[in-house]
Amino acid sequence: MSSNVHSPGAAAAAVSGRPGRALARAAGALVGGPMLWRLASVALFCLTWEVAGRIPVSYAFPTFGATAAAFAAMVADGSLPAAFAVTLLPLVIGVTLSAVLGVGIGVLMGLRRGAEWIAAPVFIVLQAAPMAALIPLVTFVYGIGLTSKVLAVCLLALPVIALNGYKAVRNVNPSLLAMARSFLASPWQRVVRIILPDASPVIFAGLRLGVSAGFIGVILAELLITPTGIGDLITYHRSIANYAEMYASIASIIVFSAVTLAVLQTVEVALFRPEKKGT
Amino acid sequence: MGAVRRIDAARAGRPGPATADPIVQVRGITKRYGSTEALKDVDVDVPRGKLTTLLGPSGCGKTTLLKIVAGLLDATAGEVLVNGKPISGPGPERAFVFQDFALMPWATVITNVAFGLEMRGVPKAERLETARHCIREVGLAGFEDRYPHELSGGMRQRVGLARALAVSADVLLLDEPFSAVDEQTRRKFQEDLLRLRHQENKTFLFVTHSIEEAVYLSDAIVMLSRRPGRVNRIIEPAIDRSGSPDEIRRDRHYLDTVEEIWHSLRDFVE
Repeated sequence: MSSNVHSPGAAAAAVSGRPGRALARAAGALVGGPMLWRLASVALFCLTWEVAGRIPVSYAFPTFGATAAAFAAMVADGSLPAAFAVTLLPLVIGVTLSAVLGVGIGVLMGLRRGAEWIAAPVFIVLQAAPMAALIPLVTFVYGIGLTSKVLAVCLLALPVIALNGYKAVRNVNPSLLAMARSFLASPWQRVVRIILPDASPVIFAGLRLGVSAGFIGVILAELLITPTGIGDLITYHRSIANYAEMYASIASIIVFSAVTLAVLQTVEVALFRPEKKGT
Repeated sequence: MGAVRRIDAARAGRPGPATADPIVQVRGITKRYGSTEALKDVDVDVPRGKLTTLLGPSGCGKTTLLKIVAGLLDATAGEVLVNGKPISGPGPERAFVFQDFALMPWATVITNVAFGLEMRGVPKAERLETARHCIREVGLAGFEDRYPHELSGGMRQRVGLARALAVSADVLLLDEPFSAVDEQTRRKFQEDLLRLRHQENKTFLFVTHSIEEAVYLSDAIVMLSRRPGRVNRIIEPAIDRSGSPDEIRRDRHYLDTVEEIWHSLRDFVE
């Protein structure tokens, strides 16, 4: 994560100036085209941030450099790692619960009409509901502890995971199903060998959306229920006008969330879609 | 039943009548989708060890009939007998080759070919060996570990054919297998199919809308009329297939049969 924030500075120097172009091309040959473009995109973003901070856009808007320095300081004094540990616990529990339940219920809804009729309306309503409005209700019932935060994560993550799983199974290639039937696959073999692999891209798309919704849920919970973890860091540094620290906390959770989603995608390809490796 | 059965004069010299030993018997099959009648009271006998083609204009229900024989669709009325026994779904004695190949994109060629054997619980070493043999048979040796998206359309259909060969079914059901490949590949494929037919002692039931393809390949051509599909006539082109593919395609009898079928089909088209 830290390399993601710090290293683009070097790439920015290589891309920004004309003489840097040959260097950039050499780096491109070294790393491979797409990687270089991604780094360039990050570098460009950081550069814009730095420039905007120097104008300055607002007194509450720190430069990229100041934010990076604050980030390093917060890592060094242990406050950021400690906050991450606190934030990750309800997130990991909530996302794991949502993933297992959501994929399970979603696949079941796709396979069985009965399950669809019982469960689908609930998830459709939950997905449409503005969750931030429900969170005070959750606090009212479950207090301000871990349960409420896990529940906040699940409320946001579960519907999108379940509904994606359901749609994925419903849209499995009918020709592959006919193929499996004609080659005498049992219903169980059809689920495991055809339906799940064919549905896996959409199931995983749901998981990625669910995980990012889980991040929203946990931060909302920390801002609205109990001031702990990253949410607390954000609130605290805002209240004492430490804007660089506040931005560093926000940026770090964004980068962390992005990296988590990228890892999830790698896992998906490795597990279910070997034919997409290296593309 | 209502079928007009006209037997080609040339058939007289062939050993045994086609209906003497039918491996598949279609009896009074009717298929309705809501109020549309796709097939009406169809009777067909598919002779053992021969290649029989279902030919007809699009929308005549020939693919529907093939899928009913495969056990993938239920008929509204009538029954299908395979080896004298009525079927109630797909069975080990029938294997299907799909128009759109129906290959698992996440699996390699050899896993795809071995799929039917895997579903039957054949041990891994054994099914891979059978699959490898069938892949060689269809001319895809060396492509065992490729993925379907790395293959051309013609090669993908060879994988589909190898998968059907691997389960050693008595009857191969082919649903317009060459319609999604280009003309050169199609011809090469047809020649390979003729060769395979002589090597393997199998029955082929083949759906196509190409008259030339039907005449080139078939021992018997079942012509279906437009919706609702009914058996219009059965033609048995007695073409000497000992010559080269080009000789066959220039054969007088081949050309006459194509012409004859075209004339009778034209009535439906117009």
